[in-house]
Amino acid sequence: MNVALATSGPAAASAHAVHARLRGVTRMFSGKLSVHALGPLDLDLQCGEFFSVVGPSGCGKSTLMDLIAGLSPPTEGTITFEGKPVAGDVPDGIGAVFQEDASFPWLTVRDNIAFGLRRAGFDVAEIARRVDYVIGFMGLREFATAYPAQLSGGMRQRVCIARTLVLEPRLILLDEPFGALDQQTRLLMGDEVLRLWRETGATVMLITHALDEAAMLSDRVGVMSARPGRFIDVITTGWPRERDSNIVADPAFGVVTARLWSLLRGESMKAIGARGA
Amino acid sequence: MSRQAAIGWTRVAVIVGFLAALEILCRMKVINPLTLIPPSEMAMALWGLFVSGKIWDDIAQTFSTVALAFVFSVTVGFALGALIHALPRVRRAVDPLLASYYSIPFFVFYPLLIALFGLNTVPLIVIGFVFATAAMVISTLNGLDRVPRVMTKTARILRLSPAQAVMQVTLPSAAPYLFTGLKLALAYSFIGVIAGEFILSGGGLGFSIAYAYNEFDNQTMYALMMFVLVIATVMNGALHVWEQRLLKRRTRA
Repeated sequence: MNVALATSGPAAASAHAVHARLRGVTRMFSGKLSVHALGPLDLDLQCGEFFSVVGPSGCGKSTLMDLIAGLSPPTEGTITFEGKPVAGDVPDGIGAVFQEDASFPWLTVRDNIAFGLRRAGFDVAEIARRVDYVIGFMGLREFATAYPAQLSGGMRQRVCIARTLVLEPRLILLDEPFGALDQQTRLLMGDEVLRLWRETGATVMLITHALDEAAMLSDRVGVMSARPGRFIDVITTGWPRERDSNIVADPAFGVVTARLWSLLRGESMKAIGARGA
Repeated sequence: MSRQAAIGWTRVAVIVGFLAALEILCRMKVINPLTLIPPSEMAMALWGLFVSGKIWDDIAQTFSTVALAFVFSVTVGFALGALIHALPRVRRAVDPLLASYYSIPFFVFYPLLIALFGLNTVPLIVIGFVFATAAMVISTLNGLDRVPRVMTKTARILRLSPAQAVMQVTLPSAAPYLFTGLKLALAYSFIGVIAGEFILSGGGLGFSIAYAYNEFDNQTMYALMMFVLVIATVMNGALHVWEQRLLKRRTRA
């Protein structure tokens, strides 16, 4: 494929610059039983890369995302985003989409998407321009005046992605956004995500439990251990920037997926309490 | 005819059929006219009360009392609900109390309230308020419990301030439950106030019903009872229609 394209995107200017950096990050949850959920771990998210995180259930993947988004502070260690420390406060420039449906049922699709822009105080014309663009981009035009309840799960997730995109985030965090969707819809939504990743030039971090999804979408895949979650390996896929779900037919795709599974198998058995891993 | 309209007409038919049956039974003297007067006579008597102007003072007093009890119970109930929701320990302590709240016969305190505040509308407002507040507290707790965590997370990701998050995400998200609270609070305020007036007061619809009863004035008594029934039904119906309109867009087609 055309390798030149891979470095001509908006991210090219800052290619190889570190977008988000985690150093010695640990997260404990206190309570009746204190739980060591995560770390210590280090991670450098490169500007403009597509990074996925896979790991056994309960390994702290979502906790990792909350930490990077500034939704909760690390117990130990430091996190920086664009050079500035993140500590329990959501920095400007980060968008997130979650597994659960987070569309606002009391607003139309259009108002859902405009929500963040209105709070940020953009003027009406600018809001209309941006919302129109994103509605077209996400293929939601005929649903603009519908309410989320009238849409399918996949469509509602599109609304959530659109609501995030319209704010033009530089780092997009996706926490199993397609986990509740069927396999076919997931593959198609994967294409959708690749397209928006290419066109926005944003850095994307995807949390997923689907190895094929991680293998298909990512530049790099971080494999996490069972709790407390750490990176046991980071695999570089070597895909060209121009790619789509057809990559599942590529023999290299099978190799990457198999590699991910061989790394994860033991950890997943630990996570479900099986012996002889 | 749509299914919705058919249901509506069936409802009307049930009410009309009941009234017609009552009318016939009364006219045929199957029901003693000294016990129950025919619905048509109730309506005529009610019309007479409006024409003579006797009813207006009662309406004004009862409605202003109910309105005050309602407003207080909704604001205090909501504030208390939000506060209890924010304090899990307090929540655990008061949850069983709230659950058994309506097993208390509050009206036994009504004479005490009169002794405390005098024979005016204050004891009525208080009894309506006490009766209605817990319903609002429970509905508020219910609503806040059901706000999905992902909603509050989304509010933070969108960088809303805590106040904005509450006003623009939490409250709209909890709105259907809060609406239930409003409906219950209105009904309970009504019951509290009219029952209080019935027991002891210087005016109001409940008072006039009791007064007519003691005077063997069946015409006035039934006229007023009919009026109270109609008003309660209309108010609840109006809230119901409004609620359905709000909910329609939120429920799957």
